[in-house]
Amino acid sequence: MQDAAISVQGLVKRYGEIEAVAGIEFEVPKGELFGFLGPNGAGKSTTISMLCTLVRPTAGRAFVGGYDVVSERDAVRRHIGLVFQDTTLDGYLSAEQNLRLHAELYGMPREHVPARLQEVLEMMELWERRKTLVNHFSGGMKRRLEIARGLLHSPRVLFLDEPTIGLDPQTRSSIWSYIRRLETEQDITIFLTTHYMDEAEYCRRIAIMDRGRIVALDTPDALKASVGKDRVQIHTENDEATIVALRERFGLDAQIAENLVTFGVAEGEQFVPRLFAELGQQIRSVNLSRPSLDDVFMSYTGKTIRDAEASSTDQLRQMATMWKRR
Amino acid sequence: MSVTATPAAPQHPAQGHRVAATHVPSGGLRGELRAVKIVWWRELIRFSRDRLRVVTSLVQPFLFLFVLGEGLSSIAKEGTHGVDLKTFIYPGILCMAVMFTAMFSAASIVWDREFGFLREMMVAPVKRSSLVLGKCLGGATVAGFQGLIVIAIAGLVHVPYAPVMMLAVFALQLLLAFSITAFGVMAAARVSQMQSYMALMQMAVMPMFFISGALFPISGLPTWLSVLNRIDPLTYAVNPMRQVVFAHLTINAAARRALTPAVTWFGWAVPGLLEAGVVLVLGLVMLGIAIAEFSRVE
Repeated sequence: MQDAAISVQGLVKRYGEIEAVAGIEFEVPKGELFGFLGPNGAGKSTTISMLCTLVRPTAGRAFVGGYDVVSERDAVRRHIGLVFQDTTLDGYLSAEQNLRLHAELYGMPREHVPARLQEVLEMMELWERRKTLVNHFSGGMKRRLEIARGLLHSPRVLFLDEPTIGLDPQTRSSIWSYIRRLETEQDITIFLTTHYMDEAEYCRRIAIMDRGRIVALDTPDALKASVGKDRVQIHTENDEATIVALRERFGLDAQIAENLVTFGVAEGEQFVPRLFAELGQQIRSVNLSRPSLDDVFMSYTGKTIRDAEASSTDQLRQMATMWKRR
Repeated sequence: MSVTATPAAPQHPAQGHRVAATHVPSGGLRGELRAVKIVWWRELIRFSRDRLRVVTSLVQPFLFLFVLGEGLSSIAKEGTHGVDLKTFIYPGILCMAVMFTAMFSAASIVWDREFGFLREMMVAPVKRSSLVLGKCLGGATVAGFQGLIVIAIAGLVHVPYAPVMMLAVFALQLLLAFSITAFGVMAAARVSQMQSYMALMQMAVMPMFFISGALFPISGLPTWLSVLNRIDPLTYAVNPMRQVVFAHLTINAAARRALTPAVTWFGWAVPGLLEAGVVLVLGLVMLGIAIAEFSRVE
């Protein structure tokens, strides 16, 4: 038995020539909201599939909820909830029927089913719609129903593979408010993948994956700090003089961007008081921004997440073909 | 009064009350049986929602029975020794109706794969064999309903409503439906596109139906057809079906000899129970292959 909710040791998955996952290691403690970040085709979905016992690792080991994903497959399955990228609901059944089917497939004790069913549907605010055929649900409602279903059997770990993909921004933010509530209200570990940088901010820790490898793993703040510089923008009486002053007094190279004097500096919060004290120019406003996770991804992989996606499209296509051939 | 736009976040999140968390006991036989039952139940729900399918899958059998049976009756008069051609074809139609429905039932696996639901079943902590078995039993049950409709029209083709006969016919129909569903599920394990699956089924099912002797007596055939007929698994469902039905008809001896010859293996007349056994064994073998296919892990 392992103590962590998820423990991964030297995990590898090869599809013929292609190494989709090239030896990764990490641990996720109980109760954490853990994000797996990376462009499409980085190996996130393959990793999740291995953790969920759907794909057998080529090498290495992984434990989920303390169980080995290869030798204790059914035990792993009983203790995880899954929400896939694509919907896996039966559109011809009602929301409630989908959940009942799930309860039966998972062998839930019958006396627990009605209460749990009501709880998860209320949690996702679908209780009033429980009799509706899933085909009549919107994309966001379907996703919520899938999360409800994933939670129905009280899993120790909930896997969300791109939970907001293909949803409009409003629905995305609504799904996230549900996920964050789960994190605080439920005794559950959440493992999710995303290629939206802004969403990864909500995670307690994130792993950045690129071409089958984990290139960085830490809290979002620590990752951003590791990139170094914060971005400072100031609005002054005299921009020209300010730029000169910044160069002379602080050795900083500033430019005008968006009509503001803009420069990068390490540990921006500590720098701002010095700025006021020593600049010798009137400052009207200051805007300090931390580096984004986009900057983090860039600094670890040397490319933006969009570039990475473009280059991995071919590889993705190849894998999709193999997937279909199963 | 002005109404401000509400943010995307839900307005009244449910309170954080807790229901005692459940637990999933390790399955065992009881868990597997529940899985079989729920997959079977899903087939029935979906069938009951799809009333159009009930009608459409009977169109073809009824075309054969009433149009072909009526249209060819004048030129078949000599050969049938006074028996209505529709009566002769009827046992074949009893088989055909369940075949088509069973085939469509298995097709839903291909749908489920395309629409993702198959994954929900594949990750459940139950054996794949339970899922496949549930599917086959579901297909057999749904096809059984169709079979009952065809049994119900027996009077239109001069077949009496004899309880023993109807029971035997229904049992044969269920057996055939089960085996055909197993065949379909086996094919669906490999074929991932609906069009390909349908093409494959047409290619397999129509020749099987024609060669089986559903539309003609199987004695005195040219050798090539005779050989094909004995290889065709459907022969072993159609022939006992006809024997059962004709055992309850009052017809002259000449007609009986001409219309209901036994299936022979190198001159040996194969008994009806053994014929049914052939269908059962083939069904179980295909079920086994289907289970093996679905149990593979990448």
